[in-house]
Amino acid sequence: MKKIWRALAAATAAVAFTLGGTTLGGTAQAQQPLRIGFIYVGPIGDGGWTYAHDIGRKAMEAKLKGKVQTTYVESVPEGADAERVVRDLAAKGHQIVFTTSFGYMDQTLKAAKSFPKGFFYHATGFKSSSNVFIYNCRMYEPAYLAGIVAGHMSKRGTLGFVASFPIPEVVRNINAYTLGARSVNPKITTKVVWVSSWYDPAKERQAAETLIGQGADVLLQNTDSSAVLQTAQDKGVYAFGWDSDMTAYAPKAHLGSAIEVWGPYYTLVAESYLAGKPFRQNIWWGMKEGMNDFVSINPIVPPAALKQVAAKKAEIVAGKFHPFTGPIMGNDGTTRVPAGKTLSDKEVDSINWYVEGVEGKVPGK
Amino acid sequence: MDRFDPLIASGIAAAIPLVYAALGELIAERAGVLNLGVEGMMLVGALAAFATVAVGGGVTIALGAAMLAGIAAAAAFAVLTLTLQANQVAAGLALTILGTGVSAFLGRGYVGFRAPASFEDLPIPWLSALPVIGPLFSLNALGYAAIAMLALTAWFLFHTRTGLALRAVGESPAVAHALGLRVTRIRYAATLFGGAMAGVAGCYYAVAQFKMWQEGLTAGNGWIALALVVFAAWRPWRTALGALLFGGVTGFGLYLQAAGVQVSPFVLGSLPYLATIAALVAVSASPQLLRRHAPAALGKPFFEGD
Repeated sequence: MKKIWRALAAATAAVAFTLGGTTLGGTAQAQQPLRIGFIYVGPIGDGGWTYAHDIGRKAMEAKLKGKVQTTYVESVPEGADAERVVRDLAAKGHQIVFTTSFGYMDQTLKAAKSFPKGFFYHATGFKSSSNVFIYNCRMYEPAYLAGIVAGHMSKRGTLGFVASFPIPEVVRNINAYTLGARSVNPKITTKVVWVSSWYDPAKERQAAETLIGQGADVLLQNTDSSAVLQTAQDKGVYAFGWDSDMTAYAPKAHLGSAIEVWGPYYTLVAESYLAGKPFRQNIWWGMKEGMNDFVSINPIVPPAALKQVAAKKAEIVAGKFHPFTGPIMGNDGTTRVPAGKTLSDKEVDSINWYVEGVEGKVPGK
Repeated sequence: MDRFDPLIASGIAAAIPLVYAALGELIAERAGVLNLGVEGMMLVGALAAFATVAVGGGVTIALGAAMLAGIAAAAAFAVLTLTLQANQVAAGLALTILGTGVSAFLGRGYVGFRAPASFEDLPIPWLSALPVIGPLFSLNALGYAAIAMLALTAWFLFHTRTGLALRAVGESPAVAHALGLRVTRIRYAATLFGGAMAGVAGCYYAVAQFKMWQEGLTAGNGWIALALVVFAAWRPWRTALGALLFGGVTGFGLYLQAAGVQVSPFVLGSLPYLATIAALVAVSASPQLLRRHAPAALGKPFFEGD
């Protein structure tokens, strides 16, 4: 028995030595590429949120070939585990770390404190520090455009929304979708089902089935997989892609995709660092900056809808139209946004009420 | 009334895999083997089924693959507990952890795309149009087979010699041994049957209900199946009743939300588990009932000697 232990100890020492050796050798070398780490909440094959970030990562790598070297860790649960992964990446010499899910917020801040020379960028959060910066995408813009298409395509006048968590980001997308649809047909209503998860295809599917069972015939989801879209195809109704272009998953049911385009932002952050001026801004970009889009519209969508979508898109890009411009009524009958007023970014980022046409109440409110 | 049809349909859809998993475990437990690895066996079965259709196999081959995977997992458990006399609770837990991890690891390449082939609904004309009970007549092949399996299991346990032998082994292995029954062999067969049924349940999730693969696809339903066996007091038909109840509760939460009823989605999401605990507490409130029905030698190792 003793012999085995001795052999084990020797082996461990040897491994530790080799590992230590390579790390030392690595840092001593000059002209190392910039190392950038990514933490994903789902698998890169989710076809949605994480997939979109991974496309962004690859776009950056292609653009800055040889100058950057990236590492990603997928399916990291939100919560304590995330902090360990952030620390791990930073400790292994990643000068920049992108943490790409809302629930990594506090963990990113905590880990970043221990690495004052590193730069951390957290997606969709609202807390920043001297070396943690946030970036987010105005997904309510393409959600509004999807709503316009839904307004034209819904026969029963009932839309469905599969929602993740009742945070402002999700609530405002439900609102924008409904506002877009009601700009076409003011009688449309939206049913919402919360699945308490960003990525749980099985549950997303059940939620979609329930919504369809209760009469919803055009679905949108603020979850990360293509399950809702696939369910819509199985049941003969329509749905949209979210985060990534999901046409391939369900070509018949797919009416269009609200997508994020992260590549240019990731490239900019890396280039700034390489130029010796690390990127120190919190950004919230949208269609104007090219961070999102509404793409791959199904040919069955009528020309009137296409025209309306194109017009609104042009107005959004030109800064002439904002989905949250009054008059907007809440579904409790009160005026939430008076005529002529537009919600400020701060107000948009703290929406916790439903617009007229959405059924039910925001959970916890 | 047709407003409730989707609710009933989703309840039945959720109940079918529970019936399979619970029947398999019921047979194993009737033979005195407590296998807590149902969740793990279901997951390897689900992955095997999905991987089969993903590479172009049909659903029948997928079903076979899922059963084989479940049997293989159960065999590992059987060797540990029946031949090597390891503790059944510990080995069962290990099997669940192993199955969860192995399926997640091997399944990474299958995440995100839909099953190219799946079990489709086969509605029976006229009957499927009936109100309320209509959904019962528009199941897929696995759904109809589950009903047959219930009848078959009940008949086997209580109306055949082999069924009697199996129950004897679970009640008193020493007496069964003295009567000349091959205790270990019977327990092996019962455990492997449990694995095969868990495999079918997994296959149902992967290529009939969800038509996809994801890590932890079975979402803890293996544990609910285990609880169902106790809830049903080790009677086959009662597992169906319990499965419908739990399946219904799962769909009910989502249904209430879509109907605009104001209840926290977090409370609704925990309903099936709360219902499981409530049912188990209710059943355990009468210790006599449990003692009368639980196989007396459940979880106890038996060594046949030479």
